[in-house]
Amino acid sequence: MDMKVAKKKLALKEKYRLLTRDLGWEPTYQNKDEIYPYTKYEGIRIHDWDKWEDPFRLTMDSYWKYQAEKERKFYAIIDAHAQNNGHLHITDARYLSALKIFLQAISPGEYAAGKGFARMGREFPGVGTQVACQMQAIDEIRHAQTQIHALSNYNKFYNGFHAFADARDRMWYCTVPRSFFDDAVSAGPFEFMIAIGFSFEYVLTNLLFVPFMSGAAYNGDMATVTFGFSAQSDEARHMTLGLECIKFMLEQDPANLPIVQGWIDKWFWRGFRVLGLVSTMMDYMLPKRVMSWREAWNIYGIENGTALFRDLARYGIRAPAGWDDAEKAIDHMSHQFMLGLYQWSFGTALHSWIPSDDDMAWLAKKYPDTFDKYYRPRWEHIKKLKAAGTQFANYGLAKLCQTCQLPIVFTEPDDPTRSAQREGEYKGEKYHFCSDGCQHIFENEPEKYIQAWLPMPQLFQDPIGGDLAAWMDWVGLRNGKDNGDFDGSEDQKNFDAWRAMATSNQ
Amino acid sequence: MQIDLRTVSIQPQRQAFDHLVRRFGDKPASRYQEGSYDIQATENLHYRPTWDPDQLIYDKSITRIVMADWYALKDPRQFYYNTYTLARARQQETTEANFTFVETRGLADMLPEELKQIALKVLVPLRHVAWGANQNNTFVCGYGYAAIFTQACMFHAMDNLGIAQYLSRIGLLLGDTEALDEGKKSWLEGDEWQPLRRYIEDCLVVRDPFELFVAQNLALDGLLYPLIYERIVDGHLSSRGGSAIAMLTQFMSDWHEETRKWIDAVLKTAAAESEHNRSVLQEWTAKWGSRAASALLPVAQLALGADADEAIGEEMAALKARLKKTGIEI
Repeated sequence: MDMKVAKKKLALKEKYRLLTRDLGWEPTYQNKDEIYPYTKYEGIRIHDWDKWEDPFRLTMDSYWKYQAEKERKFYAIIDAHAQNNGHLHITDARYLSALKIFLQAISPGEYAAGKGFARMGREFPGVGTQVACQMQAIDEIRHAQTQIHALSNYNKFYNGFHAFADARDRMWYCTVPRSFFDDAVSAGPFEFMIAIGFSFEYVLTNLLFVPFMSGAAYNGDMATVTFGFSAQSDEARHMTLGLECIKFMLEQDPANLPIVQGWIDKWFWRGFRVLGLVSTMMDYMLPKRVMSWREAWNIYGIENGTALFRDLARYGIRAPAGWDDAEKAIDHMSHQFMLGLYQWSFGTALHSWIPSDDDMAWLAKKYPDTFDKYYRPRWEHIKKLKAAGTQFANYGLAKLCQTCQLPIVFTEPDDPTRSAQREGEYKGEKYHFCSDGCQHIFENEPEKYIQAWLPMPQLFQDPIGGDLAAWMDWVGLRNGKDNGDFDGSEDQKNFDAWRAMATSNQ
Repeated sequence: MQIDLRTVSIQPQRQAFDHLVRRFGDKPASRYQEGSYDIQATENLHYRPTWDPDQLIYDKSITRIVMADWYALKDPRQFYYNTYTLARARQQETTEANFTFVETRGLADMLPEELKQIALKVLVPLRHVAWGANQNNTFVCGYGYAAIFTQACMFHAMDNLGIAQYLSRIGLLLGDTEALDEGKKSWLEGDEWQPLRRYIEDCLVVRDPFELFVAQNLALDGLLYPLIYERIVDGHLSSRGGSAIAMLTQFMSDWHEETRKWIDAVLKTAAAESEHNRSVLQEWTAKWGSRAASALLPVAQLALGADADEAIGEEMAALKARLKKTGIEI
């Protein structure tokens, strides 16, 4: 903060208090319950909003100044990237699948988070909390926009990016992150803060951003690295907010503990399922790999998570309920996902492929207990089918989990040979789940989750009526261009041809 | 002599994202378009809000204004995060220079005491009004429909906060922390401020985002900014030797000039959409406009005394003229 004050020398904290918290007042013409109608129904008790510790002290003049510096740098770099055909510097066009997932699945979530934080910036009755949420709201708008702008140039040259706005609302796998963010935004203000502010931004963000941005750096993608770096100091602020929020709730009243713990359990599992896509990117989609998903989990999951929950233990918080099941899934999930993506690749706006012999050797080394035993044989089988001209495709409809909306492709935590499937009944209707975690989430709020929009039943309704081509049209998928095996794809051919133009005299 | 550097030239496969091609044709899109159009989820919303199951997560029907396409409410400034932040960063530099100029030359101490007192009395409680504006614009961003409209509201809300902070600094500069305490006391208890405080608190329970947009940005600020910053600070105080104060409020004057273009464009588009919209906007602007005028009268009297009535009348006439250009007559 660089406010200059003439007279008394005010301490930073006091100055900040005068420039933010002191702006608010106790209303007398309207009832507080009507001004802030949503703060009580979740059962969280707050006795004193003034006990909120400002996680960072940033006045608007400094905010504009610092953010403008970052913005100037960011756009200078992506302009240069576009001008110099920076996309030809990536390792290999397979890498693009990771970016396509990012734009279709993550960027819309940034925008949704911004919307949620704007609401929190108004609904919480404490100025300190409100200002922190407002800054995050405007930051999230920034992130959505810088991501779209960074990836816009790729859209000009490659398939799979062009219909991201349609995919967000209609594509079957995009309902996974969409339902996640819709779930958070439809929750009450305190749960939203635990969902996005704490679980996503604090517990899981390193598992998303660090691998993605390192992956971009390793694979020569200057545009993506740049938005990653540029967002980093924003993210640091968001993480502090998330942590302050949970501590504040827990310190205000002991009765808040079980409610908060329930949300941590729920949102850890919700987040873990969404992040499954990252595991696939790390283990399969990066031509030049940073580390395996298992290695990332050991660092950003186990190490950081253990320290965090040790720190929160003094409030009575324990590690999330699904933690052990998550650990058991780590060595399996990327393989299960990629096999799923490959068999349904006719219906994805990104390419997947059969891992090469080198790739499989790497996977066997990184996953010594699982890859050769469970997954190599399946890839070898698929490879044989492809060689025989009968490429494996599963045109049967995937059964989706009612909660996380992923196809039910996972195995039992304690038995990797058995597919995990859960079923429950509510008001005479049957519902399917991928895991105990997702079933519990449903059972705690069945009235919420029975509302979920499931993409598969939609296939048989207007305007599709069971016609695959009509469905592709509806989701903006161009058959033979956006979808299918990378091997032989337009992206592969174009990239190789352009790169040859750029690196040889042919 | 111009030398064209050669780069490898390859043929792009397409010019823009599908949703932008549908809107604007097959041509390259601007960054404003890329960052603003259709980026809010619109279809297949999964769950009803637990905080109000009668609403959708993103709900067009929580306002009485009806738009076939909410993305029609574009911002003539074409502000997305980048252009917005760069514009404000430049303005804060100027503001900082102005504060430094006033501080280093001791201009605040040279102000005639009477003018200083007027400035403190009028400007310092306004930081609470600006905070109220921040709350209301944050609400419109949170519950309004379509990114193109709501992002501009978030920018506006952050501006409101910035203004509240600049006003606080003016208070500190002219009268130290006591000035802020006294200003707050006036805001909470002073008779002159109660109609305005009631106006703001009444706005805080309005849950129609577009009505709130009108009540805050058009009716209240459409009168308050010209009255306070043009008439009282730039006019009344400056002509009596208080132009140092005008240096400290330059941000507010410039800001109002800039943002009214956006506000007018939004209103004009919404009013042009249908007779229904026009009549709703007429109802709101008339209702909130006359309330705002009477709430501002005792504040104007603090500086203008007996001339306040006439001043408010003129400002109201100017607001009506401004509104007329947007197709709304009151």
